[in-house]
Amino acid sequence: MTKTLVTEARLYLREPLALFFPIFLPLMLLIGLGIIPGINEPDPNRGGIRAMDGYLPSMMVFLAVVTMAVTILPGALVTYREQGVLRRMSTTPASPARLLYAILMINVAICVAATVILIVVGGLVHDASPPRHLPGFLLVFALGTGAMLSIGLVLAAVINSSKVAQAFGGVAMFPMLFVAGMWLPRENMPGALQVIGDVFVVGPFAEALHTTWLGQAPQIHNVAIMAAAVVICGVLATKLFRWE
Amino acid sequence: MPIIEVENLHKKYRDVVAVEDVSFTIEEGEIFGVLGPNGAGKTTSVECLAGLRARDGGRINVAGFDPRTDRDQLRKILGVQLQSAGLPAKLRVHEAMELYASFYPNPADWVELLDRVGLAAKQKTAYGKLSGGQRQRLSIALALVGRPSVAVLDELTTGLDPQARRETWSLIEDIRRSGVTIVLVTHFMEEAERLCDRLALINKGKTIAIDSPSGLIAGVQSEQRVSFRPTTPLTDDALLTALPEVNSVARDGDTITVYGTGNLPYVVTTALAGHGIVAAALRVEQATLDDAFLALTGHTFDGAQS
Repeated sequence: MTKTLVTEARLYLREPLALFFPIFLPLMLLIGLGIIPGINEPDPNRGGIRAMDGYLPSMMVFLAVVTMAVTILPGALVTYREQGVLRRMSTTPASPARLLYAILMINVAICVAATVILIVVGGLVHDASPPRHLPGFLLVFALGTGAMLSIGLVLAAVINSSKVAQAFGGVAMFPMLFVAGMWLPRENMPGALQVIGDVFVVGPFAEALHTTWLGQAPQIHNVAIMAAAVVICGVLATKLFRWE
Repeated sequence: MPIIEVENLHKKYRDVVAVEDVSFTIEEGEIFGVLGPNGAGKTTSVECLAGLRARDGGRINVAGFDPRTDRDQLRKILGVQLQSAGLPAKLRVHEAMELYASFYPNPADWVELLDRVGLAAKQKTAYGKLSGGQRQRLSIALALVGRPSVAVLDELTTGLDPQARRETWSLIEDIRRSGVTIVLVTHFMEEAERLCDRLALINKGKTIAIDSPSGLIAGVQSEQRVSFRPTTPLTDDALLTALPEVNSVARDGDTITVYGTGNLPYVVTTALAGHGIVAAALRVEQATLDDAFLALTGHTFDGAQS
């Protein structure tokens, strides 16, 4: 397993885009947005709290995780299936499941790394606050990342061509971010969009990240939706996934 | 004592029968060919044999293991090179070997193995940058890294140029010399004829014959062909058709082809010489596996593919 993990990690680091989108893009956005005059001032619309102390960093963490789940993870698995990498592995004493676990672990690691980098660099550059309700934040991050990656696994199970996976990632990304409330607060959205945000778990995940960043405990219904998604999508992915 | 026994193998995908009834036995140390047109059920048969697919009927025994129930033990003694099984494009050759070696309890020395397949100089090359022939040779090395007693090689030379194909063939003979039993799946007649000790001819999901290549050919060698270009025009076929050994005569431009039995080259050239005609560019055509296939199935090998 160690050998498989090390090999997959090396392969991951050889893909510049796989590092750019989940790690550098959110980081650059956080740093860049913080430079815009006024954005770093206390915001009366946010109860006098700076966007940099909750909204922006939580959204960038969210962006990193969604990028991994919707584009990177399904892209990697679908490509491996398409190239027959999983098929070749199934001829050896090592099950291709070993490869799947290695890829999942690396995806989790990248999500964690992106989050730590955002918190540290945001603090250094813009004096951004770290998440204030740390246990809540950790719970939400774990459940949300688990839920999103499970959705990614379902995508990898139902999509059978890397071209489709790529196209889907590109197309699905923005609506996902939108219904999560990245640009418009979810309270101001029509009910249908709020429901869509709930169903795809992005709404509760983004909301709970924001809430715990500001120092409050996560809302129970958001935690419940994420936990349910982990179970449902996890089972679904196990049932649907094909090695070839 | 056979190392592999396949008896009345049956496999269908939903309603489509891929393998109707395939049986063969393979002796230890032989190169056994599974030959047939595309879509005949060869790959499905060996996938059942290798425990990659569950059969729907019949019995399979590979070195004492049943591929359906003893998959884990089987994979330790079986090296499989599959059609359309790739590697990540950016994985380097030495990394692939190290990774696959780590899957086995007692792996072969992969440096030596790479040397044997002629890839020693390519250790640091990424899989995506290898040529088709190099990929196939790496594939063979990966199939051998677990020190298997049986290697299953599926459509190994498809898509390779003639040079690479010949190199791959001598590599396979070399592997057999090291004591590995080889199951070679192919739709190339020439490959089967050149490499296999024995082969199973498979058509439409059924075994239609099992024999050595020469045995299969001998079984159908009822008619011979002799073709030549007469030095002076031969105006009348009757000169040839009158011979008891000759069945028929065909012309294609200057070239005349005579079909018949017995010592055909001798009687034809003698009859021609009696009229002062020399048979230039004389060719005696032996029956091939193609002819054997035609005789056994009633249609040509290429015809069966389309």
